[in-house]
Amino acid sequence: MSDTARPIAHFLGFTALLRRTGFAVAPEQSIAWLSAIELLGPRDMDDIRRAARATLAPPPERFAEFDALFDAHFLGAVVPGLEGEPSDEEPLKAAEDSSIGPEPLFGDETRESGAQATTAERLTERRFATGSEGETLRLFSRALPGRMPKRRGYRWRSGRGGASTDARRMFRDAMRNAGEIVRLRHRRRRLRQRRVVVLIDVSGSMKERTQSHLAFAHALVRAADSVEVFTMGTRLTRITRPLRLRNREQALTTASLLVADWDGGTRIGDALNAFLAVPRFAALSRGAALIVLSDGLERGDPTAMADAVARLARLCWRIIWLTPLAADPAFEARTAGLVAARPYLDRLSDGSSIESICANVLDMANEKAA
Amino acid sequence: MAVRHTIVGIGSPRALEDALRAAYYLADDELSTAAYLALALGKPLLLEGAPGVGKTEAAKAIAGVLGRTLLRLQCYEGIDASAALYEWNFPRQMLALRRQSEGDSGSIDIYGDEFLIERPMLACLRRPQETVLLIDEIDRSDHEFEAFLLEFLSDFQISIPERGAIRAYERPVVFLTSNRTRELHEALRRRCVYHWIEYPTPEREMRIIMMRASGVSERAARAVVAAVGRLRREPLAKLPGIAEAVEWAEAATLLNEQGARWPDAFRRSLGVVLKDEDDLVHIAPKIDAILIEAQA
Repeated sequence: MSDTARPIAHFLGFTALLRRTGFAVAPEQSIAWLSAIELLGPRDMDDIRRAARATLAPPPERFAEFDALFDAHFLGAVVPGLEGEPSDEEPLKAAEDSSIGPEPLFGDETRESGAQATTAERLTERRFATGSEGETLRLFSRALPGRMPKRRGYRWRSGRGGASTDARRMFRDAMRNAGEIVRLRHRRRRLRQRRVVVLIDVSGSMKERTQSHLAFAHALVRAADSVEVFTMGTRLTRITRPLRLRNREQALTTASLLVADWDGGTRIGDALNAFLAVPRFAALSRGAALIVLSDGLERGDPTAMADAVARLARLCWRIIWLTPLAADPAFEARTAGLVAARPYLDRLSDGSSIESICANVLDMANEKAA
Repeated sequence: MAVRHTIVGIGSPRALEDALRAAYYLADDELSTAAYLALALGKPLLLEGAPGVGKTEAAKAIAGVLGRTLLRLQCYEGIDASAALYEWNFPRQMLALRRQSEGDSGSIDIYGDEFLIERPMLACLRRPQETVLLIDEIDRSDHEFEAFLLEFLSDFQISIPERGAIRAYERPVVFLTSNRTRELHEALRRRCVYHWIEYPTPEREMRIIMMRASGVSERAARAVVAAVGRLRREPLAKLPGIAEAVEWAEAATLLNEQGARWPDAFRRSLGVVLKDEDDLVHIAPKIDAILIEAQA
């Protein structure tokens, strides 16, 4: 008994190590791996490695990391890839500890967020004194419902009209009428609105615009179904719930209180990775239209940002990146981060004013895949 | 989980690799191990990779080795159960019903087999020992279809409201392929044995060309492999796959036999490899250097 128990424990130690380093390994996969090893009657370590790759299914972009962990666990090797890892891992973990909770506690940073709130209020007053922006948003809310991107639902519903006839139903009716078709039945798939996820950059370089971006997000949340809004700066905050309030000023003030990282530096790559690291959030973006309001001025590692955008591009239906820098018609992505991420964006366009943001969003449903 | 050590005489990754080679498919250790494990553990095999690395080809070759019919289900946006599972043949049902009400024949089962149109997934469930199911390019389908597939792949059972549940008496062999244009559900990946197909190494691609193409000299094959490898590092819209490399070698050989000089034969047959106007424009200034380098 203990003869077999020890190697098994060693194998399971590896799956535990994988889970600790952020690989998703399900129990059924561990079982499949153990059966696979038994089946191969392994001749060497490579058999076990190949079985691990096939059954534990690490994502292709993490193969190198996976192999390094494998070597470290089974061969006791110190691999360069692994040495570099803790520094890789750190920002992501830090984000997980402090920022991911949908509503950060009010308690820990009272003084700071209190100060933020007053700034926010001041901005709110200044912004909405003009009224023209409010008018744009009102028109936007009215135009929106018919123009959100749609997807076709999976189930058929019978009803009047529709592209195809509901033969199954007609046949059932005919059985009751001695084989006569008395009337035509139709069926169709209902169109459903796609989820929309908005990521608002609240770093220092976007300071001037965050309030109007929040106002835009509020209009969007109020006018459409299933919209999710997050702010990103040095951390990631979900502000969907306060934005559901009807009164705009009240909604914006409540939302501002949640956000603790106004006007900080930007680490877009880290913020996006933090978003992806929470399965609940990543699931929100599956098949969704993603709107990013940011200038893309990445202070961190541009490749991390590009990798995160690439992953998002595979999850989302479309990604639309609106930057205030694109107001200039001669605009081209020039910052390292944005250049690296450009191939994965479906649209990179002008986000300098509320009007242009609203126009871009109303036009979103027509976006073709990049 | 029912583990079967051998399946039609194949008892190890090695044996599978040999059998595939006999069927003109060169598999590497990783692929033959993953495929053997999938067959032995009775799990679906999920093949991911760039377009043109031979995912569908692998499924076809394995079906051939097992001596089973390949049922191919090509996914597309909007695919639903009536394309994947079954459909009722309504015109025939109507006719039968009419005939019956006119007192023509005795009673018939209006939901009998003769009125059921089998689609690939149902066909595979009913004849698991004679078929291999290939669900191709699953990344093109909708999320809901993926969820529906998940249900199918875990129990290998479906239910038809008029007939009740139909269950496979043995775990069928199922392959899934994806170009990874979008991420698949974690749950689906979990349920499968996974293999990521890379572009082949130069030596392996060379062997593939020598095996698949007719009358290509070793020198031409080597040049094609080097040039294609170089093209795959360019930022092209459509990277050349293995089939393109084989065709290029054949096309250039053909032109050469008709009197074209070597680098020129490659250049003139470039349309076989690059099939996008923008790609051709992008590569035009570099192609001479690439070909000279490849021939060296």
